[in-house]
Amino acid sequence: MNMVNRATARLLAFALGLVILAGCSNIEPWVAPYERDRLADPIMALDADPVSTSYVQHVYEAREGARGGEGAVGGGCGCN
Amino acid sequence: MQLRLRTLLATLAFVMTPGLVFASVLPEDRADVLYHHYTGGGVDINGPSVLVRKQVGKSVSLVGNYYVDMISSASIDVVTTASPYDEERTQWSLGVDYLRGNSTLRLGYTSSEESDYDAKTYSISASQDMFGSLTTVTLSYAFGDDLVRRSDDETFEKPVQRQIYGVGLTQILTKNLITAINFETVTDEGYLNNPYRSVRYFEPSEGRGYRYEQELYPNTRTSNAVGLRGKYFLPYRAALEGEYRFFTDTWDIEAHTASLTYVQPWKNWTFTTKFRYHDQTGAHFYSDLFPRAQATNFRGRDKELSELTSMTLTLKASYEFLDDSRGWGFLKKGSITGAIDMLGVDYHEFSDLTAGAPIGEEPLYKLEANIFQIFFSFWY
Repeated sequence: MNMVNRATARLLAFALGLVILAGCSNIEPWVAPYERDRLADPIMALDADPVSTSYVQHVYEAREGARGGEGAVGGGCGCN
Repeated sequence: MQLRLRTLLATLAFVMTPGLVFASVLPEDRADVLYHHYTGGGVDINGPSVLVRKQVGKSVSLVGNYYVDMISSASIDVVTTASPYDEERTQWSLGVDYLRGNSTLRLGYTSSEESDYDAKTYSISASQDMFGSLTTVTLSYAFGDDLVRRSDDETFEKPVQRQIYGVGLTQILTKNLITAINFETVTDEGYLNNPYRSVRYFEPSEGRGYRYEQELYPNTRTSNAVGLRGKYFLPYRAALEGEYRFFTDTWDIEAHTASLTYVQPWKNWTFTTKFRYHDQTGAHFYSDLFPRAQATNFRGRDKELSELTSMTLTLKASYEFLDDSRGWGFLKKGSITGAIDMLGVDYHEFSDLTAGAPIGEEPLYKLEANIFQIFFSFWY
């Protein structure tokens, strides 16, 4: 359990560091807003079909021993 | 636990501080109506899933999801140790996104109910866009409160509590490439095994050579997962996406999952092809055949905890029948999508006992399943 606390604390510290960086730095965006037309194309969406993605994730979690790390906090399931 | 929660909430409050904000947007208003059908390994599962998202005012977006699994199961576990059954699981989710400058706070609640398992999950997350919206950092926390019951014993009731900590970072690297990294730690505590499932152990006095006893899992499990993904815009308007996840937990399961996705639009169509590969080691207390009764402190024969390799080929086609030039009333865009996932799982330490072979000579079990989805999506 202590290992979990340490890992969680490290993750929080990392995220917090990034947030502080954002507030204090003058980093210029190297991809300007007018250069993001391709990234804005619907085919580039990381989750174009959320209803389908959550369904398929549920199918995998019920049939494999691994879970998480895919960028969405899942709900409980009666997978047993 | 209280200290950790307070630390997390304090961090979230800091992330939401107005001094750190620039400009961001809420998710698009949309509605999806999906029908899913899973068939394979003696199991049929089907039902609807409806998702509706609607912005309220300039800063708030509400989302709701209703999802049903209607299960008819005669799986290998069921036919070897129990009787086929029908079951229904209903899940409701509600969520709210609150946007302030470049920060988004999300609250969510999910309730899942079936005759012998209830699950409630409460979640909170905060996202912050930074560096001119090239980078988005997300912190998330969810608490799950489950209740395990038995359909044949009204007095049986065991709790499970789950905590999920997540940190994610999405990064635009070039004008053609977007990447993301996600860490997630999950801790479970409570009754984690299936109250119906059994393990088998060697018993020479039995005609078939083995007997069954109830499985017994540890009461705790902690897992860590890190996921990486990158999506690249190809020169002729197509997209290529790669994903990789490494997973490890305190039950000694270690898993590698990788996938490659290709998206090709053509006129009003969008075609998607995906190949996914998953490989995992087994849990330390898993065994296909224990040497004797109560041979170890913990024991399980859940095939999902066995060493296994799974592969999935996904084919998906989407047709946009409404767009900006052909809107219909308040609807701006509409599409219909059909998808099939062909899933194959090779279990490396789970025998197929239905084959009727002598003990120790049973073939390993293989699962082949098809997953069909059809859904309508509307943007308004």
